[in-house]
Amino acid sequence: MLTLQASRGDKADSVYRQVVDDGDERRVKRKREQAMSVLKRLSSVVQAKANKALDRVEDPRDTLDLSYEKQLEQLQQVRKGVADVATARKRIELQATQLKASADKLQEQAKAALGQNNEDLAREALTRRAAIATQLEGLKTQHDQLVSQEEKLVATNQQLELRVASFRTQKETLKASYTAAQAQTKIGEAVAGISESMSDTGLAMQRAQDKIDQMQARAGAMDELLSSGALTDLTGNSDPIQAELDKAGQSGRVDAELAQLKGQVSAPPAGEIAQASEEPTDAEVVSDAASGATSEAAASGDPFSLDDASSGQ
Amino acid sequence: MIVRILEDGQYEVDKQAEKDLSDLDATLGKALDAGDAAAFDASLAELVELVHATGKRLEADDLRPSDLAIPAAGSTLAEVKALLGSDTATKD
Repeated sequence: MLTLQASRGDKADSVYRQVVDDGDERRVKRKREQAMSVLKRLSSVVQAKANKALDRVEDPRDTLDLSYEKQLEQLQQVRKGVADVATARKRIELQATQLKASADKLQEQAKAALGQNNEDLAREALTRRAAIATQLEGLKTQHDQLVSQEEKLVATNQQLELRVASFRTQKETLKASYTAAQAQTKIGEAVAGISESMSDTGLAMQRAQDKIDQMQARAGAMDELLSSGALTDLTGNSDPIQAELDKAGQSGRVDAELAQLKGQVSAPPAGEIAQASEEPTDAEVVSDAASGATSEAAASGDPFSLDDASSGQ
Repeated sequence: MIVRILEDGQYEVDKQAEKDLSDLDATLGKALDAGDAAAFDASLAELVELVHATGKRLEADDLRPSDLAIPAAGSTLAEVKALLGSDTATKD
């Protein structure tokens, strides 16, 4: 298939020419393929993938059996594939639930901060909530993709199951009538047809796997984010908003206690304090715990610092 | 002619649809070569729609192979390029 130059003697030169011409030929071939129909090229990709394994079988009847074995293998793989996609989908759903809970909590925290007249803190809580909303949108996109992959895979699998069942029936007929001249062609066609379906299913599984891989990379990052407390873990030590709310709550409590103590100093009936804690006034709505802490603090004899009181015990 | 839409199934289309398919095929090829994702998405969607509208779905016991394969609906340009690339890679 090569070249005029090659027949012309000088060995080194002809080898060189051959390399160059091979390169040229490949380039030309590629150009021709590009000009060719995309859909035909794709069709040959799909058929080539599945036929490869069957190429070496000599007796067409063996081809039928081998192909059928492969079909059963693939059906098993597809079932596993469907399960994998479902697992990935559930992982995303779990993460979304966690994020949603964080968002709800941040909303409550924003409200509490406003109740303490701390607008900056409320703003920060809402900013973090907005960041979670963005993450949730990303998760939703991934979730939608996985759901559609799952549905496609299930549908492809159902079709393949039907075709495999039909192949199984036809296989026996074809084997029985193998002596007939046209049987070989028919076997070839049946095998090619089902191989194409298997190859298509294989591609669908690959696509689903790609989606799972992408999703898992992101889900891993999300898990890290979640465990770092940047998005959740709102009651933990690492949550600055809760810390500030607690601090503000504490100083509010201190103020309330201070006011009550002042009242005690001027007119000290202990019964009134107990009554006040049963019927909280507007000023005491800040914290239910405040009244309890007050009587405790009053009893311990150190009314100025809750911290001191607890460390003393 | 039998056409397979990947991840969907096989359809038998008539002569008129064949002609339309061929035109869209060319448009898809141009978009693919130019790396024009928008044009690619549009012609792929048209191809899928055309086959769904005019084709007759093959029965499960019909094991004939297809003449053409259309990428799965919603495939990206990059995915299809990779798919076609795997063809040349295995042939070389």
